[in-house]
Amino acid sequence: MGILIMAGVTFREAVRKKLVWMALAAGAGFLTLFAIGLHYQAKDFAAHGISPVLRREIAYAMVTMGLYAVDLLAVLMTILTSVDTLSGEIASGTIQAVATKPVPRWKILAGKWWGFVAMLTTYIAIMVGGVNAVTYVMAGVTARHLVSGLLLIWMESIVLLSVTFAFGTYFSTLTSGVLALGLHGLAFLGGWIEQFGAITQTQRAISVGVIASVLMPSEALWRRAAFEMQSPLANAMRISPFSTLSVPSPTMVLYAGVYLAVALAIAVRRFSRQDL
Amino acid sequence: MNRSFDLAISTRALRKVFSGKVAVRNLTLEVPRGEVFGFLGPNGAGKSTSVKMMLGLVFPTSGEAQILGCPAGDVKTRRRIGFLPEHFRFYDWLTPAELLKLHGRLYGIPHAELRERVSTLLDLVELTPHHDKRLRDFSKGMLQRIGLAQALLNEPDLIFLDEPTSGLDPGGRRLVRDIIRAQRDRGATVLLNSHLLGEVEITCDCVAFIKHGEVVETRKLNGAMEEQTGVSLRAGNLTADVVNGLSQWALSVRQESECLMLSVTSGAVLPEIVRYLVAKGADVYEVTPRKISLEERFLEIVGNDGGL
Repeated sequence: MGILIMAGVTFREAVRKKLVWMALAAGAGFLTLFAIGLHYQAKDFAAHGISPVLRREIAYAMVTMGLYAVDLLAVLMTILTSVDTLSGEIASGTIQAVATKPVPRWKILAGKWWGFVAMLTTYIAIMVGGVNAVTYVMAGVTARHLVSGLLLIWMESIVLLSVTFAFGTYFSTLTSGVLALGLHGLAFLGGWIEQFGAITQTQRAISVGVIASVLMPSEALWRRAAFEMQSPLANAMRISPFSTLSVPSPTMVLYAGVYLAVALAIAVRRFSRQDL
Repeated sequence: MNRSFDLAISTRALRKVFSGKVAVRNLTLEVPRGEVFGFLGPNGAGKSTSVKMMLGLVFPTSGEAQILGCPAGDVKTRRRIGFLPEHFRFYDWLTPAELLKLHGRLYGIPHAELRERVSTLLDLVELTPHHDKRLRDFSKGMLQRIGLAQALLNEPDLIFLDEPTSGLDPGGRRLVRDIIRAQRDRGATVLLNSHLLGEVEITCDCVAFIKHGEVVETRKLNGAMEEQTGVSLRAGNLTADVVNGLSQWALSVRQESECLMLSVTSGAVLPEIVRYLVAKGADVYEVTPRKISLEERFLEIVGNDGGL
């Protein structure tokens, strides 16, 4: 019951503080821009008589590009909205009135976590759905393995959420935010190094990318999502910036799941034992 | 009968060290059930940390605390505890009724009962006219009132009130006093942590003075305090030896030129003191007994440097 109450209050807080509405308004702006871009693209293709096969491939690339932007927005949304929930309430003392109620601390943390999961799931589902709806209406295509891609983007967000929670039990809000974003930045950079390493067949560069993914598997999840959602041709021909020779394996996805669970366990353990 | 059954709070050698800094040195305290107990000490004496250890918010470095017969922090026991934190911060996007409902649900109070209790408590703390305002628009005093209502939601057996009147006007303070008395009459134990000694003196049955993170004195009010007497004594020809000799009757002696301020356990010793001074050759001009206020006793015991 405690988990449900805390999840509810966390979700309601995001709604009441207009966080969700602002994010959705920004998302609507993004989708509008995306639709306008696609519209002019389609018009241009028609004028120049581009072949349907190429049109289709470019539409696929546009979906992936749109989802890449959604992925970045989801990463920022995850970290920025959740970073203050533990460290902020501990620092301000807000947590004291809650933590003295007959609810174990792990349930307080789990409730907050589920509240954010619900909010982020809603956000990601709307945004990913929106991008696909726009491309379907305007170009007749959707991402190839939409559900797998959606789940992988969602999982990336939840990995980052759990890591942000773990940092929030040790550090101040600002430090937690810097650390979570920094760690994702490291994974992001590592991912690109791995890509270039694969193109130039530099094993050491690939290793650097793999190590970065072990330290933070968030970017690896996006790359796997991109692989799942792109057209097979784009993956094989490397005609998209998201094509990859070094596709994160299902083992890496499994590792990300374990990573998420460990981050959450660390957060619970620390929160249950810390002075409030 | 098991003595621990009679105690709402029992701590033994409770100690807390934060990063090498001692916050509470050695807190041994017993608070009987059904009393309003004042917890007094200067800033930094470790009062709030002690309260947090009793509530399970802060984990002691060593020692132990039993609250209502169970170890401090026991989740089930928290159903019977109410707490108003010193720095009352709540989710400010809620209305007062929503805040009370949220905390009531955390206590596990059934829905229908909670609705009734929320309404009663809003009336009690005189916030019914503001029930639809957001807490972010509340004044400090109004927040303190809603915090107090939140601490009473579960009709607790033990209530911790950390500086409950610091943001209140005189009307609000009287309201808090009345609420505390009503809780005592209901059979609840109240631990009152306050700097407002006048409030404590009026409200509490018993007080503990805490200094350097340990209890230096516990005393009943409305009894022992009356027995204890202050004496203002004006005399000439006083030597240091003569003044030191007064300590056989006095708990404390403070000299201000020809005036001595003594604290004695009973007015019955005054003739002996006068005889002693005359025998030692002092010229006694005036001896005036007077009741010692809690504030004077507080300053005598903890002085101005009680913090750690």
